[in-house]
Amino acid sequence: MSDAATNSGIQARFRLDYADFSLDVDLQLPGRGVTALFGHSGSGKTTLLRCVAGLERASDGQLTVNGERWQNSAQSVFVPPHRRPIGYVFQEANLFAHLSVRRNLEFGMRRVPAPQRRVALEQAVELLGIDHLLERMPDRLSGGERQRVGIARALLTSPRLLLMDEPLAALDLKRKSEILPYLERLHDELDIPVLYVSHSPDEVARLADHVVLLEQGRAIAQGELRETLARLNLPTAFSDDAGVVVEGEIAGHDAHYHLTRLTFPGGEVLVSQRPEALGQRLRFRVHARDVSLALQRAEGSSITNLLPARVEAMVAADTPAHVLVRLDAGGTPLLARITRRSADQLAITPGQALWAQIKTVALLG
Amino acid sequence: MPLDSVDLAAIWLTFKLASVTTLILLLLGTPIAWWLARTTSRMKGPIGAVVALPLVLPPTVLGFYLLVAMGPNGFIGQITQSLGLGTLPFTFAGLVVGSVFYSLPFVVQPLQNAFEAIGERPLEAAATLRASPWDTFFSVVLPLARPGFITASILGFAHTVGEFGVVLMIGGNIPGQTRVVSVQIYDHVEAMEYAQAHWLAGGMLLFSFLVLLVLYGSRLKQGWRG
Repeated sequence: MSDAATNSGIQARFRLDYADFSLDVDLQLPGRGVTALFGHSGSGKTTLLRCVAGLERASDGQLTVNGERWQNSAQSVFVPPHRRPIGYVFQEANLFAHLSVRRNLEFGMRRVPAPQRRVALEQAVELLGIDHLLERMPDRLSGGERQRVGIARALLTSPRLLLMDEPLAALDLKRKSEILPYLERLHDELDIPVLYVSHSPDEVARLADHVVLLEQGRAIAQGELRETLARLNLPTAFSDDAGVVVEGEIAGHDAHYHLTRLTFPGGEVLVSQRPEALGQRLRFRVHARDVSLALQRAEGSSITNLLPARVEAMVAADTPAHVLVRLDAGGTPLLARITRRSADQLAITPGQALWAQIKTVALLG
Repeated sequence: MPLDSVDLAAIWLTFKLASVTTLILLLLGTPIAWWLARTTSRMKGPIGAVVALPLVLPPTVLGFYLLVAMGPNGFIGQITQSLGLGTLPFTFAGLVVGSVFYSLPFVVQPLQNAFEAIGERPLEAAATLRASPWDTFFSVVLPLARPGFITASILGFAHTVGEFGVVLMIGGNIPGQTRVVSVQIYDHVEAMEYAQAHWLAGGMLLFSFLVLLVLYGSRLKQGWRG
């Protein structure tokens, strides 16, 4: 494939062999938005990210980012990490212990020629809410604060590709929820393509536009987020956590019952009352295990979220007792994990119309 | 005045020798320590052992080989002669060469420990922030290894001040040129001048104690404020 033909996006092909682990991937990734590299620990997602950064040198590798060639082992091309226009956020921030927060932030910025700087110090500081920390030393910061400084420091090199290695993994739940909004603002306010390594389905569902599923050093699925997560042919390792992500719009608040109505193509759901205004968009996740199926619209049930849907396909799930059913609810894909016994009793067949009962939805925001 | 001009000359010479030696050792020891800290080469073991040899060798053994090497037929002697410098034994330059070998491990090992303690992660962070390897060395490694450099300088200086056997083997006892304090004390004792020996020996004792006090004291409150 010639460079001219693939001028945008990221083409990454790496082969790397260690004694106990090998990476072998060939990926075409979009040159914009957030792409999640998703998999269990040991799946090779961090190694892949380090290969893109040049921190790891795959003996056999080719990497082209938006038309620029960073590695081509056949022609002995290898751009060292410090010459790649990347920003890298490490799992544990990795701030310089001998420099104040301000000088940590300036470290990368000062090394980028002024005309190439597109992110101002004040902008990054404001975006991540760290202006009160500027004169502190890193050992006087909390884990969440350190990570926010690490993200700002990476942004200040005005990267053309932002690489994030599980930036939330070292943080507890409270700190995570402290940082997630900043990551979302990043996504919304800066047009920098991001590769985001994570093993958390909720993080991926909340932040990503595109997802690559990795297992044992191989990419087993990739594509647009909602479409990929709703795929049935994913290995069983993922199906205990199977589910779809839906983006809905706030269509109404019910002050009496403290509920909020979210609409999306194919229906609506009621969730616990949200503070957001009408018209705001929210992502939520529907786990396959929280979806049950009924032939008729259930009356006298406590489940309020019912959607008419059509069966598309059915496959074996993670246990022999269960199957995964893929549904089309008026344009929104859904997955249901039901017992094989129920499937037989309902005589589930492709094309069949039925009702999906959603027990709970997990709001990602 | 308990110390005569010969004593003062010995003190000044000792100070000069230790300063020059420490300076050379910092320049020479830093790349060696960096290499030892970072390499995965099989030569790491042998080179590390050679650097550590002066820790265990009797100074007379080291001094003897240096004397031979720097003599008219030794390989160092051949080089210095072909450069028109004559031979080094019984000169101040010869003492510097000897001291550099003698105190090498006292500078290399603290530096190596400091470099190893820094680890890979700050270097990787610097690389992703556009710093070249040289830039990283000066802007990240050196400041992070500062305690190691302080320890290395103090130990290198103090150990050179305490040198006796090597000096005697390759420097002899020439006043103002190679007669350092430790040799001067020896001479005083030989001449039964115990009072003067006391003054010099007591001075060395006090100096050594203060050096170690500074070293251990600074380790206790080592930190990264400021």
